[in-house]
Amino acid sequence: MVILLGSLQLGILYGMLALGVYITFRIMNVPDLTAEGSFTLGLALSAALTIAGHPLLGLGAALLAGAAAGCVTGLLHTKLGIHPILSGILTMSGLYSVNLLAMGNSSNLSLINSTSIFKMVGTLLPFLDKDMVKLLVALCFTALCALLLILFFKTHIGLCIRATGDNEDMVRASSIHVDNTKILALAISNAIIACTGALIAQYQSFADINSGVGILVVGLASVIIGEVLLSRRTLTGNFLAVLLGAIIYRFIIALATKYTILPAYMLKLVSACIVAFALSLPAMQKSLAMYKTRKEAQKHAAAETNF
Amino acid sequence: MLQLKQISKTFSKSTPNEHRALQQVNLTLEDGDFVTVVGSNGAGKSTLFNVICGNFFPDAGTVSIDGKDITWMPEHKRASFIGRVFQDPMRGTAPNLTIEENLALAYSRSKRGPLHFALNKKDSAFFRESLARYDMGLENRMDTKVGLLSGGQRQVVTLLMCTLVPPKLLLLDEHTAALDPATSEKIMSITNEIVSQHHLTTMMITHNLNAALQTGNRTIMMDRGQLILDIHGKERETMSLNDLLELYSSKSNQALDNDRMLLT
Repeated sequence: MVILLGSLQLGILYGMLALGVYITFRIMNVPDLTAEGSFTLGLALSAALTIAGHPLLGLGAALLAGAAAGCVTGLLHTKLGIHPILSGILTMSGLYSVNLLAMGNSSNLSLINSTSIFKMVGTLLPFLDKDMVKLLVALCFTALCALLLILFFKTHIGLCIRATGDNEDMVRASSIHVDNTKILALAISNAIIACTGALIAQYQSFADINSGVGILVVGLASVIIGEVLLSRRTLTGNFLAVLLGAIIYRFIIALATKYTILPAYMLKLVSACIVAFALSLPAMQKSLAMYKTRKEAQKHAAAETNF
Repeated sequence: MLQLKQISKTFSKSTPNEHRALQQVNLTLEDGDFVTVVGSNGAGKSTLFNVICGNFFPDAGTVSIDGKDITWMPEHKRASFIGRVFQDPMRGTAPNLTIEENLALAYSRSKRGPLHFALNKKDSAFFRESLARYDMGLENRMDTKVGLLSGGQRQVVTLLMCTLVPPKLLLLDEHTAALDPATSEKIMSITNEIVSQHHLTTMMITHNLNAALQTGNRTIMMDRGQLILDIHGKERETMSLNDLLELYSSKSNQALDNDRMLLT
């Protein structure tokens, strides 16, 4: 039960991350490696500010800093013509130093003795037990984020962003500045991812400089699990599927560690394998279909020669 | 309306591959002109369109519309008053967006702020009504992703996207060339309908010389980066296909390569 509840809390929190990853990976069609840096950026800022006694400010700072990180990647890509993946890698590496700076040049911070958002809500609602409070806070933030995104992508500018990932030429021909939509999408995505980091730091009362390593794969795995499980006709449906994917991913991880099927250090490898397998499904399906068609054709050819 | 003065454009300058795509081209279009542009491959027709659209900038010369110099205006800004339809039906629409969303994207560009909802009932009804006019059955498939439509259907959507907000200038770059003859004819008649309905100033590149003479009110011919022929009025009305071919070979001083000019 404890494991279930814990995974649910984490799953809902990481659902936000998955939403952020979805924007770049599926809507813009570019996996954005800035995520690894901006997640830790949010985590570091939130931890530092929570220790200083401003947990809410930590969240706001993470949001803005994440957006700024996304803008940097966007500017490197659009204005300076650097390959989008390389732009993300550059920002990510640069952020490592920024993150250490935010954490006062120590590689981890403990928030055990500080008041986090979760503790604040806990004192406001003393009749709820601790785990329920955590669940409630996580749910509120993720639901708010999902709702805002769903609404945003129905607006004109949201539609422009979706079209940019789909057909840049056409967007340019609709008198929309493609550079701006790309930068905006990266900023929103990274703001959300940094915000996830900020919440995670306060949730686990702990911040580590290496928390962001492999976080993009976690996001991708959630997105893909969600897509496999739920049909994807509308964007709203996709967002909800991604949230579900993030929760299920956490359950899988929890089960795997609980029954010690695999030691904890194998998690990243397993995640990477899941993502690689899921991404290769379309190609495998294609060759399977091709193989079947050929077999069928050969069978008919053989039958005809028999006559 | 549109005025091109001394436009020149050279690609790969001072290399062995130097190609003078446009050489001091002058052209003036009157309001409501429908000009067909003919010429063999590599004559500079598409380059001319690219310069007008701002896809790239000319090496020399000026482009102006309604007396305003737009030579250096970026492409996306010009797009608010220049509509362009390409030969490739895939180019003008976003495949993963629905018909309605594609139209909304084109329609709301000039109307509202960026944070307004892109779709609303009033616009939907207007899109449906506009599509219904062309009798392609698309008005009942507004929620279909454009990627699932045929080439001809996509070209209709693209045409409509370019003209929902009537542009000052409509550029058609062989927009029926990738379609089968029947669909091509249908798209051509829809094009004529849209152009006359909004009284649009239009330029159309075509390799179909018959269409070039029958459509619009003026025909220009390009060869090796130069405007070699400009016919309109009486002269054009009485001109036959053979006259045009003869004029072409005499003007360009080369035997006409019949295989390259598709005379269907």
